[in-house]
Amino acid sequence: MRNSTKIAAVAVATLAGASTATAGTLEDVRAAGELACGVSEGVPGFSNPNSDGLWEGLDADICRAVAAAVLGDSNAVRFVPLASKQKVLAVSSGQVDMTSRTTTWTMKRDSAEGVDFTAVVFYDGQGFMTSAAAGISSATELNEATVCLTTGTTTELNLADFARANGLTLEPVVFEGKREAVEAYASGRCDALTTDSSQLAAFRAGFADPSEHTILPDVISKEPLAPLVAHGDNQWKDIVTWVVYGLITAEELGVTQANVADVAANSGNPAVQRMLGASGDTGGFIGLETSWMVDVLSAVGNYGEIYDRNLTSTLGLERGVNAQWTEGGLLYAMPIR
Amino acid sequence: MKDTTTSFQPSPARPAPTRQVAAISWLRSNLFGSWFDTIVTLFITALLLSFVPNLIQWLFLSATYAGDDEVCRQNGGACWPFIVEKFQVLMIGVYPQDLSWRPGLAGLALLVLAGLTYTDRIRGVTLIAAWAILPIFALMMIGGAFGMQEVDQSVWGGLMLSIMLALVGVIVSIPLGILLALGRHYGSPAIKVLCVTFIELLRGVPLITILFMASVMMPLFLPPELVINNLLRIQIGMILFSSAYMAEVVRGGLQAIPKGQSEASLSLGVSSLYTVTFVIVPQALRHVLPPLIGRCIALFKDTSLVIIVGLLDFLGMIKGAALDTDWLGFQAEAYVFAAFVYWLICYSLSLYGRQLEQRGPNAHT
Repeated sequence: MRNSTKIAAVAVATLAGASTATAGTLEDVRAAGELACGVSEGVPGFSNPNSDGLWEGLDADICRAVAAAVLGDSNAVRFVPLASKQKVLAVSSGQVDMTSRTTTWTMKRDSAEGVDFTAVVFYDGQGFMTSAAAGISSATELNEATVCLTTGTTTELNLADFARANGLTLEPVVFEGKREAVEAYASGRCDALTTDSSQLAAFRAGFADPSEHTILPDVISKEPLAPLVAHGDNQWKDIVTWVVYGLITAEELGVTQANVADVAANSGNPAVQRMLGASGDTGGFIGLETSWMVDVLSAVGNYGEIYDRNLTSTLGLERGVNAQWTEGGLLYAMPIR
Repeated sequence: MKDTTTSFQPSPARPAPTRQVAAISWLRSNLFGSWFDTIVTLFITALLLSFVPNLIQWLFLSATYAGDDEVCRQNGGACWPFIVEKFQVLMIGVYPQDLSWRPGLAGLALLVLAGLTYTDRIRGVTLIAAWAILPIFALMMIGGAFGMQEVDQSVWGGLMLSIMLALVGVIVSIPLGILLALGRHYGSPAIKVLCVTFIELLRGVPLITILFMASVMMPLFLPPELVINNLLRIQIGMILFSSAYMAEVVRGGLQAIPKGQSEASLSLGVSSLYTVTFVIVPQALRHVLPPLIGRCIALFKDTSLVIIVGLLDFLGMIKGAALDTDWLGFQAEAYVFAAFVYWLICYSLSLYGRQLEQRGPNAHT
């Protein structure tokens, strides 16, 4: 019903020759009262409908965090499942306000395809899984090993480059589909399985005894996954970017879902006070409420909590390169001030 | 004196045939009739023996019927609690579960109407009207009308979405197909060209292409203010695709009607519109019932393609359920269940089709 009236209104406006100026995404989202957020149709740990019909996963929680910051309600999200081919187009054509869907930040997408990436939420990359009984602790010890993988130039090329750079002899066993590669690895056809680390974790969680398999810490390719917004709306891009930075900063500063109210009222740390609006108005910089990060953290928790809830406790995926910079990882949020 | 009449003398009864044990003789004549039959029988038996016991073992004997994912992983057999746990999302997708009574009610209406139709309780205009109203009722219930909470189409999913797409697709594309067929068969040259172009254009491309066009390309052509719902675009694409095929099926029926039928009707003074509507089309449709039912079944199965444009239909939810972090590693169960549900629905459709054919031309008015 609402759609047909909208269509009629647009048709009338077009006929009358009126040029409808596109309002900012922030105003659009506020007017609609909900955030249209593109997610994947099902990637374990990132976005997938659970048994109660609710979307769960790291990507889904990023949508909730943005909704909490913008609308003060983390449930005001309309999740729009997007197929892989739609994920960039849906944002650039305005079907969704943002996409949070395991999308790798590449130059082509960022420049030529009409979208802007915001901030990396997960550093994925090609990794290795081996049987725990082999007692291997690094991929450089995989010499003379057979490695199962799926066809696809990047995966094979990365493996060959890695082997050459480290002076290893690796024997690739190539399969057409992911499922076949996993079955082959599980049946002992190969010593190791290689694909993106987040997928390895999902495969491992599906084995009869996940503890029999180890995901090695080495990551041999760059797949930075980041939420994306349409090109050209700088304010909206700032909002999504700084919500992600806020989540990461909160972990760094030790602000959690449980203690956020208490810390907001009592903390003497100036960095925490600025972020939570106790001193200054960081939310005002991006057109949001002063309490923007309080809303976000009380709804979904900080980055560490989101990661642990969706990836560590369910898939057993360790932080690895996704640890804070202070812990030797790559997460480095720009200062909120 | 010669007797001129002969009385009928029945010939003596033939002896009873040698008693054959039914099963053995049936086996001998059907399975071991010749050396070739024997080889085929033995080969197929060996093939069945090689996997059926394992299948039954997995499906039923060592299956888990209660418990959680841990119990399932230890047992090793099929994990049916997984299906039970996921049943609701498989049926309605991510539709709000506190409103699940609404699609439930629409589903019940569908079942009741299907039952009435199958048992031949409603006929004629009532039948057509009921099936035309049902999708509207379902859309209102699911989407929210009469002041009920509005539910956006992006959260429609599961079996509900599959049935919805197929039902609306069939109900709209059959009349559209009949019109196209009539246009192609009886229309003026201009109309004929239009119909032929439409039919051949849509039959010439795969459904996937149409779905991609509807979902991915359309937003590029439309002005940014005009956002037509993704689901609606997909539904329209499916209707157009299906109507092109329906048209060709119906045209086959039109060609089978002898010319005498329309000549007789016209010579009785019946107008040409009435002739086509009440003489030609009903006979043509009866001729093409089997392929028409076949198209309906095909359309229902085609709905599973919508996952490539981001709609989480029944098969999409099956995939999603198998990817739930709490239940990883049970995709076999999910797909077995999906196959069973698809078979159940398609088989019911073909049963109805067979029953329609058996009613015959005299019983069906």
